[in-house]
Amino acid sequence: MHSPAHNPVYERVRRNPKFQELVRQRSRLALILSAVVLVGYYSFMMVVAFAPGLLQTPLSDDSSLSVGFPIGAGIIILSWLLTGVYSHFANGRFQELTDEITRETLQ
Amino acid sequence: MTTRRILLVVAAASLFALPALAAGDVGQVEKQPVNLSAIGMFIAFVVMTLGITYWAASRTRSTSDFYTAGGGITGFQNGLAIAGDYMSAATLLGLSSLVFAKGYDGFVYTISFFVGWPIILFLLAERLRNLGHFTFADIASYRLDQGKIRTFAAIGSLTVVCFYLIVQMVGAGQLIKLLFGLDYNVAVIVVGVLMVVYVTFGGMIATTWVQIIKAVLLLGGGVVLTFLALKHFGFSLEAIARSAISSHKDGVKIMGPGTLLADPVSAVSLSLGLLFGTAALPHIMMRFFTVPNAREARKSVFYASGFIGFFFLLVCILGMAAITIVGTDPQFFEGGKVGGKLIGGGNMPVMHLAKALGGDLFLGFLSAVAFATILAVVSGLALAGASAIAHDLYARVIRKGEVTEREEMRVSKIASLVLGVLAVVLGIAFEKQNVAFLVGLTFGVAASVNFPVLILSMYWKGLTTRGALAGGIAGLISAVTLVVLSNAVWVVVLNNPAPIFPYEQPALFSMTLAFIVTIVVSKLDGSAAARAEREAFEDQFVRSQTGIGAAAAAKH
Repeated sequence: MHSPAHNPVYERVRRNPKFQELVRQRSRLALILSAVVLVGYYSFMMVVAFAPGLLQTPLSDDSSLSVGFPIGAGIIILSWLLTGVYSHFANGRFQELTDEITRETLQ
Repeated sequence: MTTRRILLVVAAASLFALPALAAGDVGQVEKQPVNLSAIGMFIAFVVMTLGITYWAASRTRSTSDFYTAGGGITGFQNGLAIAGDYMSAATLLGLSSLVFAKGYDGFVYTISFFVGWPIILFLLAERLRNLGHFTFADIASYRLDQGKIRTFAAIGSLTVVCFYLIVQMVGAGQLIKLLFGLDYNVAVIVVGVLMVVYVTFGGMIATTWVQIIKAVLLLGGGVVLTFLALKHFGFSLEAIARSAISSHKDGVKIMGPGTLLADPVSAVSLSLGLLFGTAALPHIMMRFFTVPNAREARKSVFYASGFIGFFFLLVCILGMAAITIVGTDPQFFEGGKVGGKLIGGGNMPVMHLAKALGGDLFLGFLSAVAFATILAVVSGLALAGASAIAHDLYARVIRKGEVTEREEMRVSKIASLVLGVLAVVLGIAFEKQNVAFLVGLTFGVAASVNFPVLILSMYWKGLTTRGALAGGIAGLISAVTLVVLSNAVWVVVLNNPAPIFPYEQPALFSMTLAFIVTIVVSKLDGSAAARAEREAFEDQFVRSQTGIGAAAAAKH
């Protein structure tokens, strides 16, 4: 199913400034969110590997739970919330933009 | 260093292979007395899923229905099904037993298993949906040479499917022997027959619903068990932790990272293998083609990660609770010696916890769900394998698209039958083998062979057919070689004293090599075909971003 190079429909989409805007903004969002997750996760792993004692600190003086547990749970919950953030924008504003581009192109 | 390495290897093996209870310390498990309540509940599950298959069969008319449920699965349903694929027997039994044995280290593993999901959403989900049709090879060969790249991608998929099928079959046999008290061969044949029935009659619609039902049962079981565990400790996490510290031989050390992940190279290689290996498993990728559009694809990852994250947190609480409830109760240890060998092996804490808190009936329920889990995963695998054979190799490569839907459907049904027979035969043949190495191979090959071509074809204009082939072959050879030189094969299978390759998962090295070779060879490729392939990226890019021209959802 080789599409012929430079299908006129796709050519028209490419020339649409809205398409450039869509790609720029959505890619930026995806990159920022990926960076937040990866930097957060790998920083955590570096603490696990090189400074494990930090995570073993008790939550309070008479607590058995260590700070590592809420931090770990926080990573899971925060990364999930970020998938919500991405879906919110990608399915909202960016999807509207995509629909507009599709409409204008196929007219 | 060596003890640490052994711990890591054991942990990795038990985690990865957990559907395969044959791996790690369980080995050949003792057959337990026949468990009637478990069998009864499993039969109820089978009857229900066969009913769904009957319904699905009446709605499976076209190849699109068969491979992708006609694109008619909603984001929420698909999210549950993806979560079902990920919440396997491995995660339920493996992660909880790691927390049980190692405390916080097990939790770190759990987090590593999870963080891949957001990345899959941000970088892959919508492009997979916009470019894919039925199989991963559709995407890989979108602008590259149809014959070569499609064949290569299909073979990559089939390799992964076959390795993983063996792992699951052996795991099913051992698990059933242990939980149900049935013969190994009986279990393997039951799994094989049901898998073929679901797939050939119900296609993707039946496979998806089997996965959804199982996911709901597993989540429900997990919630009830966690509730019972929390109730036991007066609904106080603090009380669970205090009690766990006094029950565990490592005492307060279980509240922080221990020795399991002290080696960053191992940890990174393992997490890369898990992350990108999972993203490139053919039966997981196929799930993204079952939704009508990119919007639903995104939603499905949002729901899937919510369910998976929630379930993982439950599993950690269960592991912590089991330290006290299971770890101090003589009835769960061989010979009644607390601190000795757990009955059924190191992967059983959550099952024992179910018995301690919910009695035999609840144990039966959870056992039935564990069996259902394997059944659901093998069905997805068989469907992915059948689509690689029928759609990629037969319809596109051999017949060059000159084939009717009827013919293609017939070939895919024959293919799933053949895969079923193969899975049963190999499952029985591998009964006495340690299959941990196959798990390393599955994820290693997926991450090193399938993933680089997938991501580069979508993100890098410069990718050419030659580059993709060279990189894929480099990834395949290096992944297989490193697994052979690692502990799982070199020491366990070939009986050498020490592994040459010290890590369990080759992804860090083999995946990097595959990327480098792909990029270098593509850059050096000055052929006319390569120029055309680079030119075609622009159009592919528009479609991957907008979905214009993508296979529409609705029935044709």
